[in-house]
Amino acid sequence: MTQKNRLQSGGRIDRSKPLTFTYNGKQYKGYQGDTLASAMLANGIDVIGRSFKYSRPRGIIAAGAEEPNAIMQLGATEATQVPNVRATQQELFNGLVSGATNGWPSVDTDVMGVLGKVGGNMMPPGFYYKTFMYPQSMWDTYESIIRKAAGLGRSPLENDPDMYDKVNQHCDVLVVGAGPAGLAAALTAARSGARVIIADEQSEFGGSLLSSKETLNGAPASEWVSFVVDELRGYDDVMMLPRSTVNGYHDHNFLTIHERRTDHIADRAPDGQVRQRMHRVRAKWVVLATGAHERPLVFANNDVPGCMVANAVSTYITRYGVVPGNDLVLMTTNDSGYQAALDWHDAGRRVAAVVDTRKNPSGDRVDAARKRGLNLITGSAVIEVQGSKRVSGVSVAPISADGKSVAGSVTKISADTVASSGGWSPVIHLSCHTGSRPVWNEEVVGFLPGPTVQKQLTAGAINGSYSTSKALAEGQQAALDAIAALGMKAAEVVLPQAVEVNEGQPMTLFHIPHLKSTAKAPKQFVDYQNDVTAAGIELACREGYESIEHVKRYTAMGFGTDQGKLGNINGMAVAASALNKTIPETGTTIFRPNYTPVTFGAIAGRDCGELFDPKRYTAMHKWHVENGAKFEDVGQWKRPWYFPKAGESMQDALNRECKATRESVGILDASTLGKIDIQGKDAREFLGRVYTNAWAKLAVGKCRYGLMCGEDGMVFDDGVTSCLGENHFVMTTTSGGAARVYEWLELYHQTEWPEMEVYFNTVTDHWATMTISGPNSRKLLQELTDYDVSKENLGFMDWREMQVAGVPARVFRISFTGELSFEINVQANYGLHVWEKLFEHGAKYNLTPYGTETMHILRAEKGFIIAGQDTDGSVHPYDLGMGWCVSPNKPFSFIGKRGMAREDCVRPNRKQLVGLKTLDPNVVLPEGAQGVLDPNAPIPMPMVGHITSSYWSANLGRSIAMGFVKGGLDKMGEKVFYPLADGRVIEAEICSPIFLDPKGERQNV
Amino acid sequence: MQKYSGFGLFKHSLNHHEDWQRAWRNPTPKKKYDVIIVGGGGHGLATAYYLAKQFGVTNVAVIEKGYLGGGNTARNTTIVRSNYLWDEAAHLYEHAMKLWEGLSQDLNYNVMFSQRGVLNLGHTLQDMRDIERRVNANRLNGVDGEVLDPKQIKEIVPHMDCSENTRYPIMGASWQPRGGVARHDAVAWGFARGADMHGVDLIQQTEVTDLIIEDGTITGVKTNRYGEIKADRVGCVVAGNSGVLAKMAGFELPLESHPLQALVSEPIKPILDTVVMSNHVHGYVSQSDKGDLVIGAGIDGYNGYGQRGSFPTIEHTVQAIVELFPIFSRVRMNRQWGGIVDTCPDACPIISETPVKNLFFNCGWGTGGFKATPGSGNVFAASLAKGEMHELAKPFSMFRFHNGALIDEHGAAGVAH
Amino acid sequence: MFHIYCPHCGEYREEEEFHAKGQAHIARPLDPEACSDKEWGEYLFFRKNPRGLHHELWVHAAGCRKFFNVTRDTQTYEIKEVYKIGEQPSFVTEE
Repeated sequence: MTQKNRLQSGGRIDRSKPLTFTYNGKQYKGYQGDTLASAMLANGIDVIGRSFKYSRPRGIIAAGAEEPNAIMQLGATEATQVPNVRATQQELFNGLVSGATNGWPSVDTDVMGVLGKVGGNMMPPGFYYKTFMYPQSMWDTYESIIRKAAGLGRSPLENDPDMYDKVNQHCDVLVVGAGPAGLAAALTAARSGARVIIADEQSEFGGSLLSSKETLNGAPASEWVSFVVDELRGYDDVMMLPRSTVNGYHDHNFLTIHERRTDHIADRAPDGQVRQRMHRVRAKWVVLATGAHERPLVFANNDVPGCMVANAVSTYITRYGVVPGNDLVLMTTNDSGYQAALDWHDAGRRVAAVVDTRKNPSGDRVDAARKRGLNLITGSAVIEVQGSKRVSGVSVAPISADGKSVAGSVTKISADTVASSGGWSPVIHLSCHTGSRPVWNEEVVGFLPGPTVQKQLTAGAINGSYSTSKALAEGQQAALDAIAALGMKAAEVVLPQAVEVNEGQPMTLFHIPHLKSTAKAPKQFVDYQNDVTAAGIELACREGYESIEHVKRYTAMGFGTDQGKLGNINGMAVAASALNKTIPETGTTIFRPNYTPVTFGAIAGRDCGELFDPKRYTAMHKWHVENGAKFEDVGQWKRPWYFPKAGESMQDALNRECKATRESVGILDASTLGKIDIQGKDAREFLGRVYTNAWAKLAVGKCRYGLMCGEDGMVFDDGVTSCLGENHFVMTTTSGGAARVYEWLELYHQTEWPEMEVYFNTVTDHWATMTISGPNSRKLLQELTDYDVSKENLGFMDWREMQVAGVPARVFRISFTGELSFEINVQANYGLHVWEKLFEHGAKYNLTPYGTETMHILRAEKGFIIAGQDTDGSVHPYDLGMGWCVSPNKPFSFIGKRGMAREDCVRPNRKQLVGLKTLDPNVVLPEGAQGVLDPNAPIPMPMVGHITSSYWSANLGRSIAMGFVKGGLDKMGEKVFYPLADGRVIEAEICSPIFLDPKGERQNV
Repeated sequence: MQKYSGFGLFKHSLNHHEDWQRAWRNPTPKKKYDVIIVGGGGHGLATAYYLAKQFGVTNVAVIEKGYLGGGNTARNTTIVRSNYLWDEAAHLYEHAMKLWEGLSQDLNYNVMFSQRGVLNLGHTLQDMRDIERRVNANRLNGVDGEVLDPKQIKEIVPHMDCSENTRYPIMGASWQPRGGVARHDAVAWGFARGADMHGVDLIQQTEVTDLIIEDGTITGVKTNRYGEIKADRVGCVVAGNSGVLAKMAGFELPLESHPLQALVSEPIKPILDTVVMSNHVHGYVSQSDKGDLVIGAGIDGYNGYGQRGSFPTIEHTVQAIVELFPIFSRVRMNRQWGGIVDTCPDACPIISETPVKNLFFNCGWGTGGFKATPGSGNVFAASLAKGEMHELAKPFSMFRFHNGALIDEHGAAGVAH
Repeated sequence: MFHIYCPHCGEYREEEEFHAKGQAHIARPLDPEACSDKEWGEYLFFRKNPRGLHHELWVHAAGCRKFFNVTRDTQTYEIKEVYKIGEQPSFVTEE
């Protein structure tokens, strides 16, 4: 393969390092230093894709982040596919594999293109809103066809083999962009001793200087760039980030930088390296030196491959040594556009014409063109391009002074490349991200950054200051302003001398007129990626979509992956003209993050997979794993769910665990329960305020169950709190609610009752908790302690400190199973030891470990609630039949008391928690089943409440359930029906939720 | 009146589309209307449309301070579902769902309502209990839905990680086949065009600066561009700005406005056919007809009118999506944005009479407003037409926050979109 | 992402360490039983929700666990001041 468009010399590529790459299955050559785009142009590849809607052939139009067309699929393997990579930003590496994202069977011979030609006229903006409606039943079919055309590239189908990470950064000055302004700013700030981060999206620093032939201090500008880069490299406090896009500017000067660390090396990151990194930067000051993008002009068939932005032509020639064609026609409204023709001519290829829309252009570059004898056609425009897969020629005609109409006869000129320049649009994206609205500037013919509350400074082309000397000066000044604001002392920096270029007045022109009306002329593209034309924008305006937001949304302008970097201003201009308004009257253009797209993996960083959320384990976790436990996620905890033995079904295991506990002794790891240590002379009073029941008389050595409600009177947590000393308590909470309860206690203490002397500390992780439960639990415990744990010495709802298995323990005689039960708490690091000791001694009692499921069954047999399962934030204690746990006569109006007295909370027929027995004792109601009184009622069927807890009770030999029933506490013995999804209707009888041992004799032994 | 159709499109194409009429007029307001709707978002425009079309009240103005459909209508993630837990909410959203199902034809404007189904994933035992409870309630309320196991989920969403090797394995899901997505802007525009067609005046770029209240009764509004405009009844449908208007009327609302962020990937070839939502892993995703993955999660915790939130919320959301779909790791996020959602303490809206006679509010939709658009407009229109609240709207009175009759959808909805 | 000065820790920390807890200065009625349902409902649910300056309560959840107040602009997100519980703000919000 020859690189037919490659120059013999020049550019920043390394001709000694040839690289091979693949495009659409064919191999090509390029050089180190190329982008994929420059290498494709060097090889004379014209068509790099098909347009989204009309399937028109498209070529590379720009050279950077603003490129709308060259959107490629990358990746040598399935797992390393990357969709929608901009060829102009992808550095070439050896072995790169790329392909076009659209076109079938190929981009060169595309079937859809024929359809686009025939049907294109049927597809004005918003056409889908106007059709595909009839018959209604056909919409699914229509949509499936529309959907086939969706998307650019494709997602990989295998998991990403690469890693990503994040780094938090802090700096005094973050400089965004390493062109002349950014480098001057960074140098000044760094030399003054500031902590500086300078980031640039390109592979090397220099910005516009990389692709110009400008001189600084009489030497090539790149020499000054090297000098600055070398000096910056010498500072410890300067971080230089090439290939790093500052893609978001968030509040309080927080910015995100997306660094691509290995995408220029290989298909996937080398071993041990992260592919991409997100820098999360908190900057004291930000200097935006983001430059400007050149605007192409809008003219008929301006999307034919070979049509390019003028500056891109210069960039390919100067930076990459590639002349993307043979015969150039340049159209420009301003002096800067001339540079493309000058560079083209100097590269030894033919400039067919320079078409200037101005009548009498003047300026240094115009003079240079004249001096080279270029064919200068003034007061004229390229009104139409010929060609389909490559430009073959152009129609040039004089235009009126206001640029609105063609004012003379058409001349045809043959050419294969059309460069256009409509002036420049400052890259203000980041300045908009925190809500600042940009301001239109007539002189610049563009939007400039608006007022902001961020500590943001701007320098260079972003301000419309396009000359190198101005950029340098503004960059330096921005740094000086930041240094002054930081209270630092500025160091001296002597800026290099740039050559001043005299420029004539540009013409404000966006949309080139045609002989025909815009609607009838060949398509004049504004937003290439979304196939938005000038005619489409005019149509939107004509139909009443007058706000620029309506226009954008109706036409999809600016919604591509380039986010309208080339097209938005042109589109606003077309809309303004159609509406007879000025551009600022039409509205502003707002940019959102990201500046350019960011890999999801890089945003997620390490926080997925294994590290998605921390796992919390109890001290006995190892034992559980070794003994075959199945686990349940409860909050972040891994809790044993049940302990199946070989060959057992889950129900088998539960039956065995339940029976063993009630018949002998079972053991539960209860360490995950929240534990809060509460101390202070007002601790007792505090408990009285946050629990619904009374705490004034709880003696040292005693435990009590309590309910917690919100101010609305609804139950939100529960647990046992024990009195350790006169001014010392330990509170337990649900496993999932611990953090919330802890913060809630602090909230009330700190904001409502700061006068109370009380201190809270979470001790959840400090204690390992194991509950032994069942008739033999006392015997078992007694074997491990010298303390007398007899009924007389350790009564129900007592706790004592004692040694258990040789370690200090707190033993609480409380019961969630209704059995004789001891909750042994030891320091967490003794947990496994005590647990194993219990098993050593427990073997003779058939000590059986059980998990959360058996715990649920055993407590349900006793009618004990589980907050979060039997409550849902809409029930108060009386709804739960737990009025016994409310002490309305406490002197202080406890939290929840007033709430549960509101009109709706005291009305009759509220949903109340009851027990439910199925008529057929062998049928277990599904949890979540909804009850009705009349199962034959029509849909919507009035419902009376749902099943919250439901189990097979091996001990009772039947199913048991708890659930809500409207007015249920007064309906004992009445029937409720549960119509299930499978068609069964299960009949149940309302009963007390206490299914076993209603007198509590089992636990009181 | 011009009717939209494929044939019309063809006819206009012969004429290069130069003769399309305006979708709606740009009228100067009259001195007095029967009903003024403040707020030209989806809900306000739907209200105007149904007032004129269904309830025969055509002397109606919609006053919008910006452009039509420019608030949350233009900023949501377009999910439509009606599988709410509580009867009151389910009936309201199902009313909306039924209207969605014929909306394109009713409006003669294709809102691209696409019933590709909504999955709400469960990752814990309690998630699954809640899903069972909700789906059972839905079924008995006439809302479609079923509970799926991981294998069935995998068939619907083959590219999601339904294995047991994740931090929070997928244990099951609720599945509402009739749920889906719609083209959000088109909903506002379709209602606008329909309302205009029935004589409603759509007054854009006009701000209501005060409410005219005499003896506890509203008689009109003051505007920045047209001075006073009289009305017999006024309906405020201004989402995040409700507090400002309530203050003009002299009362407060139980609302807080929060940022709600969303994001899209670059457009990729179709890979996800349904809407996938997970409260527990905390994110949701669907793929638009353009190919973008449309992604969102929960609100930011602070009050904010900035149409933007904090970056960690975006990070957590993306983590959730990559956790559910590890293959999306190399796909890229294109754009993020934020809306201002007016949230009620019980995650249900306010459709209500107010302490001021003839002044009605429709607000507090929080994160769930888009899916209700036709239903909300329909019941609000009925209420404004009769001067008393529609049966389906009655439970959503603002006074429920006094007597305690809340409709708490938090537990059931979580990520309530 | 906000940068918040914790008045208890005496330094700026990232928003990720904090939780927003809603409107500040909502005092629990001293005699709840004397409140009507309407008054209690207003204490529970009705909030100022201003577009502009707002006094709000934050907690340094992953730090010192102390609550404190912030005056913040809900439009620009600027934090104007932070002050401890019991102290009065120096910025006045629109009533």
